[in-house]
This record gives sequence, C-alpha cells and structure tokens, in this order.
Amino acid sequence: MTYIAKPKFHHPGLKKNELGYTHRDYEGKISTLCAGCGHDSITASIIEACYELSIEPHRVAKISGIGCSSKTPDYFLGNSHGFNTVHGRMPSVLTGANLANRDLIYLGVSGDGDSASIGFGQFAHSIRRGVNMTYIVENNGVYGLTKGQFSATADRGSKSKKGVTNTDNAIDLVAIALQLGATFVARSFSGDKTQLVPLIAAAIGHKGASFIDVISPCIAFNNHAGSTKSFDYVREHNDAVNRLDVLVGRDPIAVDYAPGTVQVVEQHDGSKIALRKIDADYDPHDRLGAQTFLARHAAKGQIVTGLLYVDPDADDLHTHLNTVETPLNTLEADRLCPGSAALDKFNASLR
Amino acid sequence: MSDKKPLSSVNDFVVRFANVNGSGSASANEMFARAILRHGVPVSPRNIFPSNIQGLPTWYEVRVTEDGHLGARGGVDMMVAMNPQTWDKDVAGIEPGGYLFYDSTKPMPSTKFRDDITVIGVPLTAITNSTYTDPRQRQLFKNIIYLGALSALLDMDPKLIEQLIGEQYKGKEKLLSSNVHALHLGRDWALQNLKCPLGLRIKKSDKVGDRIFIEGNSAAALGAVYGGATVCAWYPITPSSSVAEAFTAHCKKYRHDPETGKAKYAIVQGEDELASIGIVIGASWNGARAFTATSGPGISLMTEFIGLSYFAEIPAVIMNIQRAGPSTGMPTRTQQCDIIACAYASHGDTKHVLLFPEDPAEAFEFAAAAFDLAERLQTTIFLMLDLDIGMNHRLCRPLKWDDSKQYDRGKVMTAEMLEQGRDFGRYLDVDGDGIPYRTYPGTHPTKGSYFTRGTSRDRYARYSEEGSVYADNMQRLVRKFETAQDLVPRPLQANAERPTRYGVIYFGSTSPAMDEAIGLLEARGHQLDRLRIRAFPFHSSVASFLAEHDFVYVVEQNRDSQLRQLIVNENGIDPVRLVPIVHYDGTPITARYIAKAIGDHQDHLKVTPLRKAVS
Repeated sequence: MTYIAKPKFHHPGLKKNELGYTHRDYEGKISTLCAGCGHDSITASIIEACYELSIEPHRVAKISGIGCSSKTPDYFLGNSHGFNTVHGRMPSVLTGANLANRDLIYLGVSGDGDSASIGFGQFAHSIRRGVNMTYIVENNGVYGLTKGQFSATADRGSKSKKGVTNTDNAIDLVAIALQLGATFVARSFSGDKTQLVPLIAAAIGHKGASFIDVISPCIAFNNHAGSTKSFDYVREHNDAVNRLDVLVGRDPIAVDYAPGTVQVVEQHDGSKIALRKIDADYDPHDRLGAQTFLARHAAKGQIVTGLLYVDPDADDLHTHLNTVETPLNTLEADRLCPGSAALDKFNASLR
Repeated sequence: MSDKKPLSSVNDFVVRFANVNGSGSASANEMFARAILRHGVPVSPRNIFPSNIQGLPTWYEVRVTEDGHLGARGGVDMMVAMNPQTWDKDVAGIEPGGYLFYDSTKPMPSTKFRDDITVIGVPLTAITNSTYTDPRQRQLFKNIIYLGALSALLDMDPKLIEQLIGEQYKGKEKLLSSNVHALHLGRDWALQNLKCPLGLRIKKSDKVGDRIFIEGNSAAALGAVYGGATVCAWYPITPSSSVAEAFTAHCKKYRHDPETGKAKYAIVQGEDELASIGIVIGASWNGARAFTATSGPGISLMTEFIGLSYFAEIPAVIMNIQRAGPSTGMPTRTQQCDIIACAYASHGDTKHVLLFPEDPAEAFEFAAAAFDLAERLQTTIFLMLDLDIGMNHRLCRPLKWDDSKQYDRGKVMTAEMLEQGRDFGRYLDVDGDGIPYRTYPGTHPTKGSYFTRGTSRDRYARYSEEGSVYADNMQRLVRKFETAQDLVPRPLQANAERPTRYGVIYFGSTSPAMDEAIGLLEARGHQLDRLRIRAFPFHSSVASFLAEHDFVYVVEQNRDSQLRQLIVNENGIDPVRLVPIVHYDGTPITARYIAKAIGDHQDHLKVTPLRKAVS
C-alpha cells in the first residue's frame, strides 16, 4: 500500500533457496508504516520464513482485516493474492478461502484491535474450527491508525501516550487460543527475529490452526514509559520457554544444538521443529500445563515467549468436514450437478 | 341448529386447523393436505405459527382448490378447533354456513357456538383415553383420529391416506399399523355417529397433473446444489434455516464422492451472520460457488460485507427469506419488506441484483441461476424469497434441468491466458460491459496476482485515493449494473382481454393471489394489464409498461410500497402514476384483498375525472 515503487534490480549473486527463489521474490511493496514499526520486523520475519521453507510465493493467500497490521500483507509476497477484508473479519474470509481451495497456504495477519476487540468472535471461532492457517496477531496494545486508543490487549494499569491509565482487564489471546483448542500456539516479540522466524516457519508447516501472538511495539503511540507493549518493557520482561530452529524434511539443515537438549517435533508436511529447551520442565505438548505456565508467569509480570503448545497430530476443518482432496473451486458441473435423471426422481417423490 | 343453509361445495373450500404448537398436529395436518392432493385435487396449505416452540396457538390452513388458485383465499369454511385458547376467535372466523369441528368430550356452553354454522362434535379425548394409556400417545393419536373423522365427513378415500401413512412409516411396521388403527378409530366413529359426508366434499379429480408439492426453501436449496454451490455458510434464523438444512440433506444425497465417500461440499454453521457472509466472500474470492441463507436481521448484519462484495467485486449469493420486520418484528410471519434494504445494502453508492421467484419452481431455477449471475457479474446476488413461499408447501410445475448446461464462471483469466501476454488489470473494463477479469489466488507464479481491498484503487488494483480514479471505478460499476439488466430474468407481461389504460405490477409470492384477483376484477368490470417483475435491475420493458398505462397499481406485502419506491427511484417516473396496494399484517396477501383494493380505486376513477382523482 504505497505510492513508491520498489526498485526491481537486485544483486545478481543473491542466494537462492531450493526452488531457485531469492529473498527478493518474497518481498512486497515498500512499507508505509512508521519508521521503526514493529510490524515491519514481523514482515521481515515472514519473508525470511517463507524463503527458508522454499514456499512458492504465489501459492500463499495472505488475508488481513483492517488496521496497521492488516496493511502489512502488501509488503511481503508480492506475487501472492492478498485480501484486505473488513475490520475484525479476516478469520471468516480466510475460512471461506480455505474451504474453496485446501491446496494453498493461508496466512492471516491481524492486529490486537482487529482480533481482540471487533473480531474477537471471529478469532475464537476460526481457532475452534481448526482452520488450517497461520494466524499472526501483530499486537501493540493500541489503535495506531486512529491515533492511540487502547485496544483490548492493553494491560490494566498501563498508560496511553496521553497519560490515561487503562482500567480494563486485558485479553490474553494466547491464553484464549490455548483454551479454544488451537493446535499450535506461540508468542514472540517483533524484535526477536531469531525466535520469530522459525516460529512462523513451524506454524506454516503445521496442519491445523496455528496462532502466533507477536508483541509489536507501536513506536508512534505505545512505546513510552508506562506502556507494557514498548520495546523496553518487553525486553525487560521477556521469558523465552524455548528457542526454535527449522529443519525442512526433505533437506535437513544443520542447526546449532546440544545433543540431548533438543526435542524434534515432526509436522505433517514433513518439516520438523527442533525445540532448544531453556526451561527443562517445559513440555510443549501439554495444553493444560501451558495454560498454567502462562498464567503463573503473567502474574509475575513476565511475558512468556516461544512455542507454548503444539499438537503434532492435529487435523483441520477439511478433515472435520470430510471434504474431497480435490479443491472445491476446481469442481465443475460434471462432478457437482446431479443431473436431470436425479431431478425426475426427486420430482416423483413429491407427488 | 343452524338457521342458515350449510355451505355446500365440492373441491373448493378452506379448512383451518387451530392447534397448540408442540402437540404433534403438524404431521397429521400436512397429511390431510397431501391426502387431498392424492385425490387429484390441488391444495394450497399455509402454516401460521408463533415464534416459540410449545404452548402458543398455531394454525394450519388448507385451501382446497380445484380451480388451482394457490394464493390464500381469506375466510374459513371449516374450522377444526383444537385450541381452547383461541376458541372464540376461531369460531368467529368461520364463514356463515360454515362448519365447526371440535372435541366434544367436555360439554361447552351454548354461548360458545354460533347459530349460523354447523357444529360437529367428536369426543376425541374420550376416544384416545379409552384406547391409549401413554400420555404422549394420547396426544399424538388424537391428531390422527380427527384426521380419520374428517376423512369420513369430507368423503375422502381412506386408502389414499393409508398409502401416505405407509410411505411415511416405511420399514416401521409398528408405527404404521398403529397410525392406520387410529385413523380408522376416528373414521369409524364419524361414520357411525355423524351425518357423513358434509356439504363440503372431496371428489377425485385430475387437476393436479404432474405438478409437485414442495417448500420454496427446499427447492432453493436444491437449486444451489444444481447450480454448483460447494460452500454454504449460514446462521440459524427463521424463516431461512430450512434452506441450509435442506441443502445439507440434498448434499448428503447427491454430493458424496462414490469412491471415497468424501463430501464435494463444505457447510459451516457460522457464529453469526457476519461470519457467514465472510466465509461466502472468502470462498467466492477463491473461486468456489458459495452462498448463505438468512432473513432481514441477518441482512442488516451483513451489509458491511455486502458493500465489500460490491466494491471489491466478489461474487456472493444471499438467499433472503423475508419475514415481517423491522427488528424482530414478527419473525414467523411473512412480508416482502427487504426490497430497499437489499437493493441498496451497505453505505455509499451501491446497487445489488435482486431476484424475485414466484414459487418453488422458480426458486429452484433462480437459485441455480444466481451462481452464474454472481460469477458473471462478480457481485452479490439476492434471491428474494419470503416465508410464504419458503416455509409452505406449494404446488408447482416439476423442476427441470438441462444436462447440457455448463456453469458460467464469468471472466476468469487463467495461467494460459496470462502466459499469452493478456494484459491483466483487475478492474480494467476490457469489453465495455463494466465487468473486469479476475484471477484466482495461486494461478501463476509471476503474473495476475493482485491485492483485493475495499479501499479505492486504480484499474490495476493499485491503492489510490485520487478522486478521478475513484469516480472512474464507480462509473464502471454503473455500467456493470446496466449490463445486468439483460442477464437477469425478464418481467413477464400478460395483457387484459380488452385494451386498457390501467396496469398492475407485482412480484414474488403475490403471484397466485394476483392471478386470481384478475378474475375477480374482471367480474367487476375492471380490465388490467399485468407485469410480474422478476428481477432488479429493472429491464427496459418495465419503463415501457409504465409509459403505456395511465395508472399502474403496485401490489406488494410491506407498508411503504418498497418496490414502488424502487421503480420511482430508478425510472424517474411521476409517483402519482404508481398507485400503492399494500398488505402487511404478516399474513399472505389474498385475492379478495387485492381485488377489493384495486376495484375500489377503479370504481372511484370511474366516477371522478381522472385529474381530480389524483390531484
């Protein structure tokens, strides 16, 4: 969403991935977000993850709602179809798109206003349905495009740029996603690309509803003293439960890990997530444990990041609906229409 | 006991059953209607029900009509009064000379009856209590017992009813035999204790022909199956829920892959109407045929998305089964009251295609056609049914399908076309019809992708807030709507026997009542040409019809004459020349009502100079 065209030339020696795509093939238009916006860092991480996974860019459908975060799909995967829907309603549109063609990769990008306020219901229901998607919330606790109102993820007691104290309780989308049955739940920080890139890659590889809440400070309206979504605050209160690297199934890449401290989780697409455990007690397969862990640390003012829960055997909405493997959008009359003979029988049954 | 001659009629009368909902009477009453059909006599039933589940009054009316008048007639010739709550009103509603059928187990004071009607008492409760011990059986079989008694009183062939019971309880021998037994309990009691048959009688006929008996919602849902819908997202709301439920049933029957058993469809009960239309838009954006079914309040919730569909040009099909509004209004009563709300749904300048089927057969055809139209025009198509068609069984011509028909997927640019170097601009009007090409997501690695948004953009889908770019796009949308005029079903005109300066416009479920009303008006000496509108945008023949007549009555089932407003607005016609005839109490409009309203106006015109009458 920009007036400035991105230069097309690039260094001829740019590294290529397995499919022969360079990093540039995963980029989009130039961002018009504020310089230093955490959302741009998330964009960079999405680009990096898709490059690492050697995804065909045009096989991704990127869908968003309305708001600063929802503008970002224009800034990555320029050869993909994108869809800026209406405020808070990205999940339903993504669900419909997914039902129409199960073969594409669905990337839903949303914000905290978009998902925790106006779209809270749609967020919840897309998660509980198990739509095969990667749902990223770029969470800055504030309405940026309308200049600084609190969102529903703003912590109670935190202050706005104008000095107003938030008296409402915050909605923790990660806790909600866990409770609703998301089969991949993570939280990260826009400023921690090392953690975020493999999380996004793993989420894309996961079959089922993947949810990543990314704390992404709004440098214009929520990066001041008293904010609990500022760069400084998050850096000081971040507690990572694990670090991840991505091993692509077909061609595993070497990772820096200590034998005996890595837990490898195989995903449906053959890719594997390697969890480098920091907390020896943390079990990412324990949903209830994750909920307790999250709540315990939140009470201490700590923001837990990392992969909090994953079900490697997850299924998705298409499994629940028992739909054919062929994408529904490719079926034509010969496979859909019962024909006149069936209609004659139907008529006969109504006399 | 009557001081007026009892009504006497063969195959032409109205029976109304007054029941309490939740009493299990619905299936017996419907069986009564079907049994008459099996005699070859057309019927037109209407279910008049409250918006709760148990305990409130419900009525089921069967118009027996050898002449084939399928609209509501008005008036009741025989009341089967099974509900003490509504007794007084029910008795008062019987036509002079009519019949009152009631449960005579408990004596009623004479003040509860009328002298000018024939009272038929059958001790239904006593019969059931002496036959059954289980309370639920007593309740359910009471309905079959009165059906049996009526069969004797109206001279119906019991074998035809037994046949229906046999079909209903096929494979359930115990239920079958117990229902047949109950039927004969009532029938035998009536034959032994009452004067059978009455003046009202059923005589075998051949007037049903090959017509079928089906609800509009079921027919529309089957139209969606034949039209290639693969995604349905919906949220329960009366009177549209049965569309999605019927679609589910039809899909289970017709849409499973024989080899794998897997479904060639996806149905999602959304969390609300917003999600439902969102799912439809997402699926359609991605190239699947998708629809939702809802009613007025659902349309209100969907309007933001409808605006997106219009502006971003994404196909969508919405089946709107209208009910009485505004707000919750009367949720189980019929109206045609969402015309304006749908025609201009959402904010900003919008116009949407509306289809107005008159009966289940057209509901089937228009529903199937709606998916072609949605993809051809890349916009929302509303199928405008109402409760009267949607939730009542109607006799209509058999459903038909041409097996050579292929789906019109509209202007979709494929990878091959992109490879050939075709210029792809998502909002380019390459053919001058206002309809641009689209691509499906995932089509080509480097060509044809674009960003869909509700914000303004140029012809190549690039974000733009330039006023001229916005206006250019809005003008193209007007051209597209003009193109739609020739794609939607055209109005059907029928002229009076003699040339006349007067015309009448009507649409949708008003149709059968209008057909009958024309005959009643002719009998009063009034000749009217008629035009049945079947779609918006209006075809040019609507303007011609208006130009050819001094006065045109617009008959519709809402307070504010919404179709008339739309005609005035879209044709720039002098409103005085369009005379509103409206009916909006939640019951279906009747021939008698139309004929009186138009007839009275016409009589007035006869005695008053034309210009004074309208000044």
